[in-house]
Amino acid sequence: MLKRSSTYFYNHPNLVLALLLGPPMLYMLVVYLGSLFVLLSNSFYYLEEFTGLIVREFSLRTYVQIFNPANREIFFRTATMAAVVTVVSALIAFPLAYYIAKFASRRLKTWLIIGVTLPLWSSYLVRVYAWKLILAKEGILAWFINVLHLDGALAWLLRFEGIGGSSLALSPIGMFIVFVYIWLPFMILPIQTALERVPGSLIEASSDLGARPFQTFRKVILPLAFPGVVAGSTFTFSLTLGDFIIPLALGNSKYFIGQAVFSYQGTGGNIPLAAAMTMWPVAIMIVYLLAARRLGAFDAL
Amino acid sequence: MPAIRFDQVSRHFGEVKAVDNVNLEIFNGEFFSMLGPSGSGKTTCLRMIAGFDRPTSGQIFLYGQEVSGLPPYERDVNTVFQDYALFPHMTVQDNVAYGLMIKGVSKAERVKRVEEMLELVRLPGFGARKPSQLSGGQRQRVALARALINHPKALLLDEPLGALDLKLRQQMQGELKAIQRRVGITFIFVTHDQEEALTMSDRIAVFNEGRIIQVGAPAEVYERPASPFVAGFVGTSNLVSGEAAKRIAGSEQMFSVRPEKIHRGSVNETPGPDMLWVDGLIRDVVYLGLFTRYMVEIEGGSDLVVVEQNLKTTSMDVLAARGQRARLSWHKDHISRVGG
Repeated sequence: MLKRSSTYFYNHPNLVLALLLGPPMLYMLVVYLGSLFVLLSNSFYYLEEFTGLIVREFSLRTYVQIFNPANREIFFRTATMAAVVTVVSALIAFPLAYYIAKFASRRLKTWLIIGVTLPLWSSYLVRVYAWKLILAKEGILAWFINVLHLDGALAWLLRFEGIGGSSLALSPIGMFIVFVYIWLPFMILPIQTALERVPGSLIEASSDLGARPFQTFRKVILPLAFPGVVAGSTFTFSLTLGDFIIPLALGNSKYFIGQAVFSYQGTGGNIPLAAAMTMWPVAIMIVYLLAARRLGAFDAL
Repeated sequence: MPAIRFDQVSRHFGEVKAVDNVNLEIFNGEFFSMLGPSGSGKTTCLRMIAGFDRPTSGQIFLYGQEVSGLPPYERDVNTVFQDYALFPHMTVQDNVAYGLMIKGVSKAERVKRVEEMLELVRLPGFGARKPSQLSGGQRQRVALARALINHPKALLLDEPLGALDLKLRQQMQGELKAIQRRVGITFIFVTHDQEEALTMSDRIAVFNEGRIIQVGAPAEVYERPASPFVAGFVGTSNLVSGEAAKRIAGSEQMFSVRPEKIHRGSVNETPGPDMLWVDGLIRDVVYLGLFTRYMVEIEGGSDLVVVEQNLKTTSMDVLAARGQRARLSWHKDHISRVGG
């Protein structure tokens, strides 16, 4: 019986394809793209100011609203944070990913990858609040800085308009530290995977042809690892853009996109505006990926 | 002054002696092959010349200069890799021009010299393609052009023909040799294929277990193997020792005789005065087109392989020899004492 059905499947490869792809495709279309579509269509409704009711008619009124100065500021604040977090994550992740991919022994590699992903095993909320304690005025980091007699430097840093605050936990700097910590694995793993696929002989060939290590890095390693960097930065960038827990737990009272969306759809009851605000990250990611393609990020795929 | 000199070079990986006290001189302009089975240390030697690996002890000289401490990018040698190692994100033009670009040669000059090089390796007009659009043989040529464009003092080739099919490999052997004559650069060629080494080289070093067993011209290595290993690894060889050796050649010392040197005659034939001979039973006959191989069991139990060119016979005739007795004879100069 089993044999007969496998022979039947062998002779009907399209049926196999349909059976294998059907469920995930259905899920993608209904749940995944469907919800995005609902989001998009909601963003074209608007909130009637006087009645507080949502008018389900096509309108660009909400989109005009997301360009008002307050919302623009939220957007720039969030995008800047996401960009800085992404760049710094990439700078930290690359050497580590390179070491894991090209130098670590098989055994060490396993342990390093476990080490990188270990934080993901525990709750994100717990880790964010743990950082709130670490970064607090009386926290362990402040204590350590005190031991190193660097209080002056910390105070100087926290005095900066826009990124400072009364303590690390209540400043954008603290938020930035936590963002980088939380998203770093999502940067390390794609870069490591990309580097894993670069044959060692290419690196040898480059140095054989006279290139110094830095030239080899710029001309051979970086271009070939670039798709990994783009994949990783897509994660760090979009996750930072949409996050609302970290800005809620740390930092000052200034809103990020995620927080704005959270409060518009919740207490604000303005679902159209919340939906329109989430279109910001979507639009930015589309532009980002198009630019990356322009730069040839996907040529080597 | 030799182009390359190894002075008591060893490379150990933990307990494993990949290269064990190698002394070697390679002369300017010669086509030098390092021949040996996998794991014999030949590739490690090549990598130490290139600078990808460093000797555990000993010194390597490149035209008199000690280079053991120099990184690859400061050595005037270039390598053709086994997997070609072409940069997948660059065009053929950019691949070949890579060394010149690093040196800061102007764009116009680069384009000109790349075209010359592609001409040399018979790939004119391929500059705009990506490596993924080329066949194995074409990639091989690009790798060669990329290395030669820098006019290195020595070109290192790490089993470059290993991935090609037989026809293409034979064609590339001829071309490589012709290119080497034209550019006059010292070629150091690593291979495990004894036929390839014999065809192409001016001299061959035979490696086994991290050591060089014999260095010499192809004919020398083939006709006068210095050890049973060389006799067995370079070409096919008949090794005779003990009682049989004593009866045939008058001494128990092991000797080797090449299959094509042996004459297969009838048992009533009387061999000449300078001939050594032995009688045996033809156990098996293999018809191979160009020649026929006979397995002959000689008195004393061991087998001798005899090959004869198929000058007149048809396959039916040669196969009829199976099971018959034959007298095998060869000139006494055609044996090599291989010690043991």
